[in-house]
Amino acid sequence: MNKKLDDEYYQLLEQIQAADFVLVELTHYLDTHPTDQQALQQFNQFQLYSKQLKAVFEPKYGPLLGFGNSPGGENKWEWGQGPWPWQV
Amino acid sequence: MWVYEKKLQYPVRVSNCNPRLAKYLIEQYGGADGELAAALRYLNQRYTIPDKVIGLLTDIGTEEFAHLEMIATMVYKLTKDATPQQMVAAGLGEHYANHDGALFYQNAAGDPWTATYIQAKGDPIADLYEDIAAEEKARATYQWLIDISDDPDINDSLRFLREREIVHSMRFREAVEILKEDKGKKKFF
Repeated sequence: MNKKLDDEYYQLLEQIQAADFVLVELTHYLDTHPTDQQALQQFNQFQLYSKQLKAVFEPKYGPLLGFGNSPGGENKWEWGQGPWPWQV
Repeated sequence: MWVYEKKLQYPVRVSNCNPRLAKYLIEQYGGADGELAAALRYLNQRYTIPDKVIGLLTDIGTEEFAHLEMIATMVYKLTKDATPQQMVAAGLGEHYANHDGALFYQNAAGDPWTATYIQAKGDPIADLYEDIAAEEKARATYQWLIDISDDPDINDSLRFLREREIVHSMRFREAVEILKEDKGKKKFF
């Protein structure tokens, strides 16, 4: 049922969690500091970085985003498969 | 609408099966100052808050659901291998009788979550001050949980969540200043 999870899964996942955390943090910051160009630049940089990390993770371990927001799944429905976040 | 992301915001690891710790952590799942209350409070207040802070309430409210999922993961992992006898010994006998190993929105004392924990006053300052207080109360709760817990892995995740409350509180304080500034400006016209 579930894909076999190797060390790489956890390493890649943690890199994505770290990159996406920067995006969450900068989102809140920019909500109250919308004219901070340096923060905006950092946001753009991490948006690209997160996308690159997910492009490595998703072909191996399946889509991260629901409702078709992650690429792939053309020949096989992978979304409904585990592991789910509380199972790893 | 919302889009689910199949990952936790921050890793949740558990050292040992520990239903007693899970019983205490439930406070942040379905308690008055817990993550469910936080998410529902902010996402409900945002409809009538001034435009300048709608984004902030939406984004913090959304992050609270990621925290709710982290707490759920802790409770699930701490109890999934517990026998009924271990649940009873941990003070979760009443919980087990009603829910087996399922999670439920209740506080550490077993009281079910209630909408009376949260408010929407329609007054932006009143709402944001409540939000700041909620973050500070949640921060304090995380500290008490860290003080109780002897699980180093759980404590790592709890420390992350405690720090998030501090950042959210800061952002809400800034939102108050933005609204005050706005109100001040209008007086000159």
